[in-house]
Amino acid sequence: MIPISWYLLLSSFLFACGVTGFLTKRNVITLFMSIELMLNGVNLSFIAFATRLHQLDGHIFVFFVMVVAAAEAAVGLAIIISVYRTRETLNVDRVNLLKL
Amino acid sequence: MHEFLFLLFGAFCVGGAINLLIQRKTINSALSLIVVMGSLALIYLLLGAEFVAVVQVIIYAGAIMVLYVFVIMLLNAGEEEVSKSNNIAKYFGIPGLFAGGVIGIWVLLQHHPEDKGVRIGELYGPASDVGMMLFTKYLLAFEVTSILVLIAIMGAVVLARRSNS
Repeated sequence: MIPISWYLLLSSFLFACGVTGFLTKRNVITLFMSIELMLNGVNLSFIAFATRLHQLDGHIFVFFVMVVAAAEAAVGLAIIISVYRTRETLNVDRVNLLKL
Repeated sequence: MHEFLFLLFGAFCVGGAINLLIQRKTINSALSLIVVMGSLALIYLLLGAEFVAVVQVIIYAGAIMVLYVFVIMLLNAGEEEVSKSNNIAKYFGIPGLFAGGVIGIWVLLQHHPEDKGVRIGELYGPASDVGMMLFTKYLLAFEVTSILVLIAIMGAVVLARRSNS
C-alpha cells in the first residue's frame, strides 16, 4: 500500500525539475527535454489518480498527452534544425530575432 | 516489496531528473531523460497500468528520445555555453524554490493519515479495456489526434527541408 501522496510528490518533483531546467538552461534541445520532463510528471499523477479512482480515463489522457508530445518533438526539432542552419547556434540567448 | 520497488525506481527518477539539470553536455541530459522515462514505465507497471507502461517505453523512451539523440548528433551539440546569471535569480530563486518545495510537500503530506493508499494490482489497465474505451467514448478525440499527427508529419517535413532559393 503506497499512499497516493508519494506519487504526487514524485510527480511534482519531476514537474519542478522540468520548470527549473526550462528557466535555467540555455540550450534549445535541453529546453525541449525539460518540457518532456514536465509532461512525464503530469502523466504520473494521471496514472496515480486513475488507479485510485478506479477509472481508465486517466490512461486515455496519458495516451493523448504522449501523442501530443510526439507531435511537439517532431515539429520542434524540425524548427531547431532550420534555426541552426541559419544561425549556427543552439543558444537561446542568441536567437532573438524571428526574421533572418 | 512494493514500497521497496517504488522507492528504488522513484530514486532513479529523481536522480535522472537532477542529472538532467546539472549536466552541461546535451547528450548526457538526453540519456538521463531516458533513465527517467524507463523508471517511470516501471512505476506505471507497479500501478497496474500495463498498457501505458508499454506505450511509455515504445513511444517515449523509444521513438521520441531516438529523435532527440539523432538531432543532437546531427547538430553536433556539445557543451552548453554559460551565460551571465542574474543576481535576482540567485538571491530570490533558490530560496523561493526551497520555500515552494517545503510548502508543496507539507500540503501533500497533510492528508497522509486518512489516505487509503493505492493498492498495487487493484486495477489492471489491460490493452483491451483501454482500446474499447478509445474507440467508443473517446472516438472523436482519437480521430482528431490522428489528424494532429498527420499535420505534425507534414510540418516537420516542410520545416526541416533545405530551401533551394
